[in-house]
Amino acid sequence: MSALNLIDGSETSLRRFLQTLPGVDQIGAQERAAMLGTRSIKTTSKKWAIDMAISMIDLTTLEGADTAGKIRSLCSKALRPDPQDTSVPHVGAVCVYNDMVGIARKHLDSIGGQSIPVAAVATAFPSGRASRKVKLQDTKDAISLGATEIDMVIDRGAFLSGQLGEVFDEIRAIKEICSDKAHLKVILETGELVTLDNVRKASYLAMLAGADFIKTSTGKVTPAATAPVVLVMLEAVRDFFELSQIRIGVKPAGGIRTTKDAIKQLVLVKEIAGAEWLNPELFRIGASALLNDLLMQRMKLSTGRYSSANYVTVD
Amino acid sequence: MSLDIKKTYKLFIAGAFPRSESGRSYEIRDKKGNFIANPAQASRKDLRDAVLAAKNAHSSWASATAYNRGQILYRIAEIMEGRSEQFVTEIMAMESVSSKQAQVQVRQAIDTWVWYAGWSDKISTIAGSTNPVAGSFFNFTVAEPLGVVGIVAEEKSSLLGVVLGLAPVLAAGNCAVLIASQKRPLSAITLAECLATSDVPAGVVNILTGLSDELTPHLASHMEIDGLDLSGVDSKSAAALRISSVDNLKRVHSFSAEKSPERILSFMEYKTLWHPIGV
Amino acid sequence: MSDFEYAPAPESKAIANIKKDYGLYINGKFVASHNKKRFETINPANEEVLAKISLADEVDIDKAVKAARSAYVKVWSKLSGKERAKYLFRIARLLQERSREFAVVETLDNGKPIRETRDIDIPLSAAHFFYHAGWADKLEFAGFGEKPKAHGVVAQIIPWNFPLLMLAWKIAPALATGNTVVLKPAETTPLTALLFAEVCQQADLPPGVVNIITGDGSTGAALVKHPDIDKVAFTGSTEVGKLIARSLAVSNTPVTLELGGKGANIVFEDAPIDQAVEGIINGIFFNQGHVCCAGSRLLLQENIHDEFLNKLQKRMSKIRLGDPLDKNTDIGAINSAAQLAKIHELSSSGQAEGADIWSSPCQIPNKGFWFAPTIFKGVTQAHRIAREEIFGPVLSVLTFRTPQEAIEKANNTPFGLSAGVWTDKGSRILWAGNHLKAGVIWANTFNKFDPASPFGGYKESGWGREGGRHGLGAYLKGAK
Repeated sequence: MSALNLIDGSETSLRRFLQTLPGVDQIGAQERAAMLGTRSIKTTSKKWAIDMAISMIDLTTLEGADTAGKIRSLCSKALRPDPQDTSVPHVGAVCVYNDMVGIARKHLDSIGGQSIPVAAVATAFPSGRASRKVKLQDTKDAISLGATEIDMVIDRGAFLSGQLGEVFDEIRAIKEICSDKAHLKVILETGELVTLDNVRKASYLAMLAGADFIKTSTGKVTPAATAPVVLVMLEAVRDFFELSQIRIGVKPAGGIRTTKDAIKQLVLVKEIAGAEWLNPELFRIGASALLNDLLMQRMKLSTGRYSSANYVTVD
Repeated sequence: MSLDIKKTYKLFIAGAFPRSESGRSYEIRDKKGNFIANPAQASRKDLRDAVLAAKNAHSSWASATAYNRGQILYRIAEIMEGRSEQFVTEIMAMESVSSKQAQVQVRQAIDTWVWYAGWSDKISTIAGSTNPVAGSFFNFTVAEPLGVVGIVAEEKSSLLGVVLGLAPVLAAGNCAVLIASQKRPLSAITLAECLATSDVPAGVVNILTGLSDELTPHLASHMEIDGLDLSGVDSKSAAALRISSVDNLKRVHSFSAEKSPERILSFMEYKTLWHPIGV
Repeated sequence: MSDFEYAPAPESKAIANIKKDYGLYINGKFVASHNKKRFETINPANEEVLAKISLADEVDIDKAVKAARSAYVKVWSKLSGKERAKYLFRIARLLQERSREFAVVETLDNGKPIRETRDIDIPLSAAHFFYHAGWADKLEFAGFGEKPKAHGVVAQIIPWNFPLLMLAWKIAPALATGNTVVLKPAETTPLTALLFAEVCQQADLPPGVVNIITGDGSTGAALVKHPDIDKVAFTGSTEVGKLIARSLAVSNTPVTLELGGKGANIVFEDAPIDQAVEGIINGIFFNQGHVCCAGSRLLLQENIHDEFLNKLQKRMSKIRLGDPLDKNTDIGAINSAAQLAKIHELSSSGQAEGADIWSSPCQIPNKGFWFAPTIFKGVTQAHRIAREEIFGPVLSVLTFRTPQEAIEKANNTPFGLSAGVWTDKGSRILWAGNHLKAGVIWANTFNKFDPASPFGGYKESGWGREGGRHGLGAYLKGAK
């Protein structure tokens, strides 16, 4: 993998590389993110952004109480977000726990949703606290049931205690299992990493280890996908491309509930990483409630009236 | 002739107006013995809840910009101005003074509040300093808010007494638990209504009405309170409270001056930071 | 659409009720000027005429000064600080209430983006009045003695780059300390000052306490020469500042000046690079570079030169130039044809002297005055574009090898208004702070202003400070 020309795979060279990264000034990053949040996206650009955001959603359910019924509802919604309006695009993927993958894949295929991938969370999501053996098995199970995307979590305990090699090796091992069967998203859990410097370091670590996507959060911890965090991750993929000629995707997840939030994310992508990232192959949004807000905003744009929850489906 | 709707005077804790958890109230009568109202009689549990609310509100109030705090304090004055008539009526009833005298007090109270509001973004300028230490070090001193301050409002004038206790504490960036005058508590609650309709976050100010002798010992002994303003306590009772407050070394003060930055600085802590100067 | 192109998002002009013509604001009323002479103020983004403005002459100036004197003697000097404060609080609140209106008018008259007037100019102006209102009744604690005294009548002349904000920087402390004011706004940007006069009326400010007299250079010259002025405050070019100072030297009238600059923005190898890029951009392209404290010289550590400039240029290509009323515009119009000519002249000199020019690829509108964000690489101290203030969106890039060399180059200028330092090392920030001869030093940030923070320059960047406790001194007799 060409990216590994930057390091030789040893913990020492990894550490040295990460130390050469410039620091992030928290206030400066916050200010830039806030300024980009003032962009006013109206009319034609708003319409484009709403449809693009819908097509980027990884429609997610990750609850202990998930059942086959819940999964099937989610998949129907994923394919046809608005039963009344077939012009609405389908979402980017559905995201479920790995023991639900089979149900999701089967149902999607039966309703004409073959083009929608099933993403599974893996590696003892959300905590990441389990043996390597369990995490590998977790991943294998998901892929064997039909998952073509794996959202893994990094070992934050290892990261925060300086065992960077451990974090790196684990990602490499999961990537090996994914090989060409699934793309790998690496969840950094930025809320637990806390500083933007850590977010930058973890982003690079994940990319060097073979991540196809870097993802902010599990959605189980706040803060999750705040604008400054996403900004730093977008800078990382932008700069990584300069180094390696490889484009890595970014997925914010958690806390993105309104159309306004989603559009702010798209503005960040455009102005930080660049327009090349503005498609579902390189940018996804992990969300559930967001979809209905996008649909209501879409209705407002076409009818001129503020919509209501009665006009979008619960599931 | 139609009947007017009488106000119920409850406590002000965490931005809401609960009755005392003890369910008690007590009577306020005017000089002639006429009934005025039944304000709530707070218990030590209400005080405990108030201190908890103040503690929880502290970190976000202290980390708001001084400008923002000044704006909020000024807005409270705007709302007080709008309620002047109600304050006047209550003061006339409680203190048996004329309308003119009551108006003078209200005017003074509002102007004093504004005076303190304007200190929010200036107190650190006059209290802080860079210190010319011997050595290649940058050394500066800042004044920071103390935390939670317990206040026993002065008895002398129902509204002004409360303002003198609260305004400097808030201008410093602290949160407050104030025990209103036992005999003349109503202005404090009407002021709480001004606070509730302003932008001051819930829990920053908490106001209790009731029997001073019952409440002040708990204020003095509570280990979560960082400072005490005992201006409203007579010197004999104050001694016992001071002894009790030593357990967590509360910063305890009684003031006589009305308008003084000392009232603000007394509830702030000085922090000095050193950093080398070098290439 | 394969790219996410922002549709036009214009702020509505409807809120700006600009009159066809304006008189002078003297003694609490709008009155016709003595000789009825007029000039036009235009929108520099499209050259459309906005309004006709009165040109004040000596007779009008005399009227205004008399009104200010009378107000001082009979009313303002007799009011307690507490009462003066109340007027200032009212003004602050009125500015907040009418903020959108002021923002739109400022953008139309000045050419700067609505995002900046809305988010920076107007809120800071209101904050300035708010802050100084709080000082009015506490002057005995400000460190200028127990009973500090006002000068009396103050003449104030302000520039066109931050019209309302410069007005706030002048009027708020003057009134808070007990002075009355005759203020002349810049020729090309009188409108928000005239709108401010309406605010004074709404606040019921006693007539004569504030007087706004519009005009051109001749008006300003006549104002500072008036014999009954107790103090002069001027913000503008160093050239005019010196003229004023000379003319007042004989009478020894107290003068404060806030003049030009050629600020150095120093980027060390260990700077937080992405934020430093933002800081450089902000330092020179904010407000179209029409900023006295602009970071117009980038002093870049030589060992990160290529990497940094690569990022800087990529970032510059994202700057959106266009209609100032569009909420997504980053950089607006140059304030006047005259200023545009100056920028062109210096830019040409840069090319003639051999520096490497690169401009951001922007679509320049066909009407109005525009200049694309530009950098000159390979600049040295000997270039004109490294020494003279351009006052436009043009950055000169120089390099240094060691911290000492950076300081030496940064200080090698007759100016001394501002400097920027970018490094992750705390001791280096403090060391640089100790050695830089600049009145305002920004570390890991730039162009930050606050009413509580004193602002002003060393050397030929001026005399005195504005803002904070220190800034009060300018308006108190005998203080410094």
